[in-house]
Amino acid sequence: MSQQKSRLNIKMVPVQSHAIVPDRDADKSPILECHHLGIDFGGLTAVNNFNLMIGRTEIAGLIGPNGAGKTTVFNMLTKVYQPTRGSILLDGRDTSKLSTAQVSRLGIARTFQNIRLFKDLTVLDNVLVGLHDEMDYRLPSAIFRLPDFWRGERIARERARELLSIFDMQDMADAKAGSLPYGAQRRLEIVRALATNPSLLLLDEPAAGMNPSETSELMDNIVKIRDLFHIAIMLIEHDMNLVMGICEGICVLNFGEVIAKGTPDEIKSNPVVIEAYLGKKDKKEEA
Amino acid sequence: MKNLKPHTKHNIVTFAGLALVWIIVSVMRGQGVLGRSTTGLLVPICCYVVMALSLNLTVGIMGELSLGHAGFMGIGAFSGIIASQSLLNIIPSVPLRLITAMLVGAIFAGIFGFLIGIPVLRLRGDYLAIVTLAFGEIIKELITCLLVGVDEHGLHMIFNYRGLKNVDDLGLSPTGQVIIKGAQGATGTQPIASFTAGMLLIMVTLFIILNLIYSRTGRAIMAIRDNRIAAESVGIDITKHKMIAFVMSAAMAGAAGALYGLNYSNLVAAKFDFNTSILVLVFVVLGGLGNMRGSIIAAVLLYVLPEALRGMHDYRMLIYAIVLIVVMLTTNSPVARNLFSRWFRFGKKGEEDA
Repeated sequence: MSQQKSRLNIKMVPVQSHAIVPDRDADKSPILECHHLGIDFGGLTAVNNFNLMIGRTEIAGLIGPNGAGKTTVFNMLTKVYQPTRGSILLDGRDTSKLSTAQVSRLGIARTFQNIRLFKDLTVLDNVLVGLHDEMDYRLPSAIFRLPDFWRGERIARERARELLSIFDMQDMADAKAGSLPYGAQRRLEIVRALATNPSLLLLDEPAAGMNPSETSELMDNIVKIRDLFHIAIMLIEHDMNLVMGICEGICVLNFGEVIAKGTPDEIKSNPVVIEAYLGKKDKKEEA
Repeated sequence: MKNLKPHTKHNIVTFAGLALVWIIVSVMRGQGVLGRSTTGLLVPICCYVVMALSLNLTVGIMGELSLGHAGFMGIGAFSGIIASQSLLNIIPSVPLRLITAMLVGAIFAGIFGFLIGIPVLRLRGDYLAIVTLAFGEIIKELITCLLVGVDEHGLHMIFNYRGLKNVDDLGLSPTGQVIIKGAQGATGTQPIASFTAGMLLIMVTLFIILNLIYSRTGRAIMAIRDNRIAAESVGIDITKHKMIAFVMSAAMAGAAGALYGLNYSNLVAAKFDFNTSILVLVFVVLGGLGNMRGSIIAAVLLYVLPEALRGMHDYRMLIYAIVLIVVMLTTNSPVARNLFSRWFRFGKKGEEDA
């Protein structure tokens, strides 16, 4: 296979115009649409022509080799980076003029590859920060401890404990977030993200640093969250067992470009994906 | 409500301690145990406690180093003096006038806090510290340019930025009275500050700060301190919450300044310079960042210490410096911390709070 031909081959891969929307979402509009999304850092194009649609209760995977631009896509979706090109629609609404905080209020929640908890706050307080907008009392009510403060706090605290109980973390509520073991910190990040009442949850390498039994527990939990909250989940992950096990649609990114989209089975057998991960066969080997 | 228990209990103990100190000091004054010089220290101590508490809101809770806190105290002091002196006949009741002056001081310092906050809060870390330092000095210089007087027609004010004008240019009527004479500062102020007002101000400040911290706003502010990006990602408006903390901190410093200003018949703006900012910062850092009880204790002890060491003459500041270093070292060493927590149970609780 000559160099030229293989390059041609990439372009010929059938990249579907839409993601694999699961049957139950088929007749509904997608929760997330990205059209020709791209970002440049100086002269370097980090992500280019990224098109994606995610169904309302879909679990989608975003995979690719290191440095492919996966986290950059998350940062564009949450407006940590402002995309250079293209548009993002959440539930049909354009997010191009919104800030990170506004996008969060619109319904995109995320976790981070390197855990970002509020370390000096308690576990419960971390979740309560996520519930910030669920409480509607104003500052004077808080300072003078008016009845609507107590009501708002009580409801939020009950809700926070309920959310923590999803991961059996209610007993840790009063511990400092920074003192939790690694796995619990990852789970707390997910709980905090869920507290913002999202319609799309972005998980950036949720299984990083976990052993196989923790990972399988996490897989169950991700599916459980989808079924419980009826939200879409998009995850970046290098653990192929997890990705192939729970994702309904997978998007493969390499050098900032989408090289393949499809169901886990399609991705597994896609030669371009295999090439991106393992490198292409040597000329001599071919001969 | 039961969920708030640990904080509430801790806070009630703090307030009870303050009330106890108040009673003890009042009784001692009544008995004549306290000397004149000690009595004279009471109001400034209260002012510096409030300064430390309010700065702790910026440094400990918001997590940004502000080096211009004395500037807000200065604004509060001089606007409080102007308010008090110009309302001399309108509000004859001293307590009422004092409260009005402190409110005016707080409002003006709050307004300046907001205006300064707009550019300053875009910065972070060292840069923010440097810019607040600059603004603190600017405020001091601006006050030095002020000429203010009052007569039956109302307030007369000149901003003497070229230094060419003097008190006569105010155009006061013969019955008029000069309140601020530029670089000479405020002269002839009727000192109306009292220890009672100081203790009340401490309690009100503490009440506001603690209730702020244990609310959604306070949690948002601390979340920004711990991780700005994560706070933003859960929908927290960074600028708004930083501004709330900064303005509240400035306003409380303004109230403390008004009380301070009304404790003396003469006051110069040079009092509110960089050194005062650093002095208050030392109280905050020594008391523990975010630890309100620690701020109170540190402010009292460190304000009294140099006065208590007056007998040492030339060695006074040397000993003061050594004490500072020793306290810093011991409070940071785990061994010493354990020792302290065994000696005083409250010390340990304070650390947990920090």
